[in-house]
Amino acid sequence: MKPDPARYVHGTDAPWDEFQVVGKPHRKVDGLAKATGEAVYADDIQLPGMLHAKTLRSPHPHARIRSVDTARAEALEGVHAVITGADLPTKYGVIPWTPDENALATDLVRFIGDEVAAVAAVDEDTANRALELIDVDYELLHAYLEPEESLERHDPAIHPDNKKGNISKHVELSFGEVDEALERAEAGELTLIEDDYTFHGTTHAPIEPHCAVARYSPDGLLTLWSSTQITHYVHRTLSAVLGLDPAKIRVVQPCLGGAFGGKSDPFSLEFCVALLAMRTGRPVKMLWTREEVFYAHRGRHPMKMHYKTAADAEGRVHAVDAKILIDGGSYSSFGLVTTYYSGQLLTGPYDFPAYRFDSTRVFTNKPPCGPKRGHGSVQPRFAFEVQLDEVAEAVGVDPIEIRRKNFQGEETETVNGQRITSNGFLECLARVEEASGWRERRGKLERGRGLGVAGSMYISGTNYPVYPNDMPQAGIQLKVDRSGVVTIFTGGNDIGQGSNSMVAYLVAEELGMDVAHVRVVAADTDLCPVDLGAYSSRVTFMVGNAAIDAARKLRAQIVEAVAEAWEVEPARVRLVGGRAIDLSDSERSIPTREAFQIAEVRFDTLGSTGSYNTPTLGGDYRGGTIGASPAYSFTAHVVEAVVDEETGRITVENCWIAHDCGRAINPMLVAGQMEGSAYMGIAEALMEEQEVNRFGLHRGPSLLDYTIPTSFDTPELHALIVESVDPEGPYGAKEAGEGPLHPSIPAISNAVYDAVGVRLRHLPFTPGRVLKELRAARESRAGESP
Amino acid sequence: MQNLRLNINGDSVEVGAPSHWTLCEVLRYRLGLTGTKQGCDKGDCGACTVLIDGRPVLSCIHLAALAEDKEVTTIEGLRPLHQAAGGEGCDPVQDSFDRCGALQCGFCQSGMILSAKALLDEVPVPTEEDARAALSGNLCRCTGYTQIFQAIERAACERAGLEPTKPAWAPESSEHEA
Repeated sequence: MKPDPARYVHGTDAPWDEFQVVGKPHRKVDGLAKATGEAVYADDIQLPGMLHAKTLRSPHPHARIRSVDTARAEALEGVHAVITGADLPTKYGVIPWTPDENALATDLVRFIGDEVAAVAAVDEDTANRALELIDVDYELLHAYLEPEESLERHDPAIHPDNKKGNISKHVELSFGEVDEALERAEAGELTLIEDDYTFHGTTHAPIEPHCAVARYSPDGLLTLWSSTQITHYVHRTLSAVLGLDPAKIRVVQPCLGGAFGGKSDPFSLEFCVALLAMRTGRPVKMLWTREEVFYAHRGRHPMKMHYKTAADAEGRVHAVDAKILIDGGSYSSFGLVTTYYSGQLLTGPYDFPAYRFDSTRVFTNKPPCGPKRGHGSVQPRFAFEVQLDEVAEAVGVDPIEIRRKNFQGEETETVNGQRITSNGFLECLARVEEASGWRERRGKLERGRGLGVAGSMYISGTNYPVYPNDMPQAGIQLKVDRSGVVTIFTGGNDIGQGSNSMVAYLVAEELGMDVAHVRVVAADTDLCPVDLGAYSSRVTFMVGNAAIDAARKLRAQIVEAVAEAWEVEPARVRLVGGRAIDLSDSERSIPTREAFQIAEVRFDTLGSTGSYNTPTLGGDYRGGTIGASPAYSFTAHVVEAVVDEETGRITVENCWIAHDCGRAINPMLVAGQMEGSAYMGIAEALMEEQEVNRFGLHRGPSLLDYTIPTSFDTPELHALIVESVDPEGPYGAKEAGEGPLHPSIPAISNAVYDAVGVRLRHLPFTPGRVLKELRAARESRAGESP
Repeated sequence: MQNLRLNINGDSVEVGAPSHWTLCEVLRYRLGLTGTKQGCDKGDCGACTVLIDGRPVLSCIHLAALAEDKEVTTIEGLRPLHQAAGGEGCDPVQDSFDRCGALQCGFCQSGMILSAKALLDEVPVPTEEDARAALSGNLCRCTGYTQIFQAIERAACERAGLEPTKPAWAPESSEHEA
């Protein structure tokens, strides 16, 4: 049984009086280390005698491996070990219910780029030469490249063990009287908008390629340094696949060069370097090339979506009905969750009396899809927010006004049974409305220029871990030094979002210290208490609460010891500004360092632990816990776009981003998350596409061909922070790293409608597609005129 | 294998490396100067940017041998060079990046900061367009570039005694000071 969840709620107020640290811009704890090149990333690790490993990948999208002959490769001078699927037969998957991956293919290869063998050699050049000497005999199989075909045809099966053929997951959930509302629409009592929407595939493209280094010590301890955002799950999975006691494995995440969800599965290279290090007795490193990163993928799922929305004459939504086909690529990855999220996360910030979704994820012989920033919900959000604009137009209500009218409110429950606590969506709308000059400008700009709005919500962590257990989701340990330094040990993964800084700010706030006297040791399974990792925007909310829990316990000890020493009531002692002070005697104060020493005399060696676990939440139905979160963030964007009707090119000039993050612990870092999210969404809409050709080959696996925006391509981004102060967040904080991506994409479509009167329902918004829509609109106007 | 004589951050060093190795490889894997990052290994991303005779160069597509007899500055060199010139702490560009939140994952930053440094050495108070042009070869995937532009503006303004623009998120009342 979980303990009482109330023990994880710490209140939203400053420890005393005003916040000293929280709410103000601060440097990051690792900022200067990064700025000076001192920070150590996975590929910066060099160990004595280290070997270099490379992976042999399938050149076929779907084939059976008849045989693999490694003899010639093994004979090459400088090669120390070659491994194949037979060496790592245990299947795994990040979701324990769908283990369908092997570190190296055992019988089938399922996409071009699927891993087949790995070589460790004295250097990369030798390892690459050895790959060419591995002989693989393939029997080619029919390759599925279109998701519709995978719905219909199941022979050959991409995963022969899967009972549902080529269907990875199917979810159908219905809430309220959907059919009744649709019948009323049929009868003309409600307005019905019905259309198809397409979301294409996109990938994360972190600037750091995946890299892993393993060392197998003579005492049998395996250490893995990996560019992962989920140390704990990698630890568990390594143990299962290698058949090693988890007590003999240590996983460390060094400084990480970007992830965005793309480093949240256990990856082939982690198992390969581990086994190669065990086989050779030497440290082994594998660094993927940029091309390999594109094939490893785990990015945004392409979705084909059909939406119906029924609304009354005032624009109030009565029912939403969705049918979604999800292209999962070749493996399950997080796909079970993706399939639920494609429906479960749409039920805010608007109140739907009735809602139904029917989502099917299928396997295809393409690089596997997974979680990308805004996992599973960016695609349906695009479809729905464009459709809501169409409803607004049909009933003659302003697009911002219709979003206000349907607002679900605070402290409420969604139609699918999710608890909503704080909700600053109305203020988000007001902020973007004002900043963009919406009332004066929308619908009144010159042809070719338009404004569009969209809203969204997102989770602050998933309520349930991927493997069922009642242990805390996040843990923190604090260690106190007599010099006045506090060291935080956290399992949290700082992937650039600043989670190490966040815990330092919170501990400094609670103990009234300078942030510079707080050190952070993170993401090392030997040194740090377990945290479940950087995914689903859980870190600030959960690790933050654990940090406050630990710091508050420590504070109580220090205050008690100092009060005893001063022979006063503890209520008179405050820790603030790097000192312990007596509230009733302004003459009496000592530096924090002395306070620590007094407390160490009183309590022996000082330290504390803190935890966070989620309350019991979620709808009372199968899948009702997926999408449940202790708090939700809310966002509204207004985009100003210019459409060149001759070339079809869309330019986003401005994006106003208003995001309800609960409380901004460091507003500068919150703004960075908001701007980075909006940038990424705009890029998906206008520039990026992860696609394979008719042979299953990636269209352009490089950062030149897969065009991510340069400094020239990025619009003016205006981050407007809204603070609703959540009752259960750390000092009221919620997530900021994923929510603000969602509205960018539909807001562009809606701005294009304001600019030139065409609805873009299919992504990406390439010049060719825009021209086609403009031509169709012209032809339809010509057809209507007499 | 060849012997190279390179001038790196003011030091003359001799190092042996395969003749096809790039400057990026020699810096990272022979000299241990791992602040220079490799993101694509083909000149697309700019993470490997170093300064050669003060100008930004993509070290991952620049043969190490071509850098002989030139002055190479890597990210590790900025702070010591700043201090040797009588300054305190880090180079003001590095400091400004940290104070403006321009460092998220940090992987693009050594290249980004060196490109910004080259710009600021050439143009005392660059406009945002100047900054966009100077950084157009350096991809950042985290920030949306906004806080990077702010960092460059702030470094330039502080040097020139001007007031930088307040970011949209900064509250009217409070001082924007990290």
